[in-house]
Amino acid sequence: MFTVGLMHFLILSAALFAIGLFGVITQRNVIKVIMCLEIMLNAVNIALIAFSQAVAPTSLTGQVFAIFVMVVAAAEVAVGIAIVFSIYRNRESVDMENFNILKW
Amino acid sequence: MLDLTYSLTFYLMAIIAVASALGVIFLRDVFRSALCLILLFMTVAGIYVMLHADFLAVVQILVYVGAISILIIVAIMLTRDARQGQPMGKIKWIAGPVALALIAVIAWGVLNTPFEVATAAPQEETVKPLGNLLFGNPGYLLTTEIAAVLLLSAILGAIAVIREK
Repeated sequence: MFTVGLMHFLILSAALFAIGLFGVITQRNVIKVIMCLEIMLNAVNIALIAFSQAVAPTSLTGQVFAIFVMVVAAAEVAVGIAIVFSIYRNRESVDMENFNILKW
Repeated sequence: MLDLTYSLTFYLMAIIAVASALGVIFLRDVFRSALCLILLFMTVAGIYVMLHADFLAVVQILVYVGAISILIIVAIMLTRDARQGQPMGKIKWIAGPVALALIAVIAWGVLNTPFEVATAAPQEETVKPLGNLLFGNPGYLLTTEIAAVLLLSAILGAIAVIREK
């Protein structure tokens, strides 16, 4: 039970993912929402690498997947913060409640 | 003895990671939660080292601790008037049970699935095999090219969105 194996890493990953999900749902500051998205992506990476190391240690496919997740995360943060800035310029606010421009 | 050290290191990392993730959410000051996020990124890099993914640990430090956290801190500083976070709405009474249920379901699934854990020793050095996988012929060369195009278009898109008219 106390020897650390695949299961422990997966449960850590699940815990981080759930914390990130909770933050994405509840936070009202957009930048905090972006931070919680980053937590979720990191949790997914931990699960991918844990599986790669435990189930198929001789092939590195899981690590390659983690690299692509990092690429997508970097692109997502850049575009997301650009969108936040351009809305902030119009609305003078980073509160999610004021981000209803697309709502009809 | 080595096993015990490994386990203790894992539990230390896991506790710091979960605590700093909770700090990101529950600290009122956005800047402090950004610092917690950086601590979380560094702990995750440590966990990658424990999983024998040395290249990914370095990439984690470079990309997340070096680049993404700076981007987030700049974003916080440019939107300064809203530094104090607003209190959560009533939705936390729904989101909390949902998140707890998610942990419970995943933990139940993990504990009840017989994963075929391999006994082969993990690769000592991953940089060269990863390079071969990313750029070699039976590998992910096309995906790597697409990732490069994705990054370029993301940069161009960010500039186009943020440009003053």
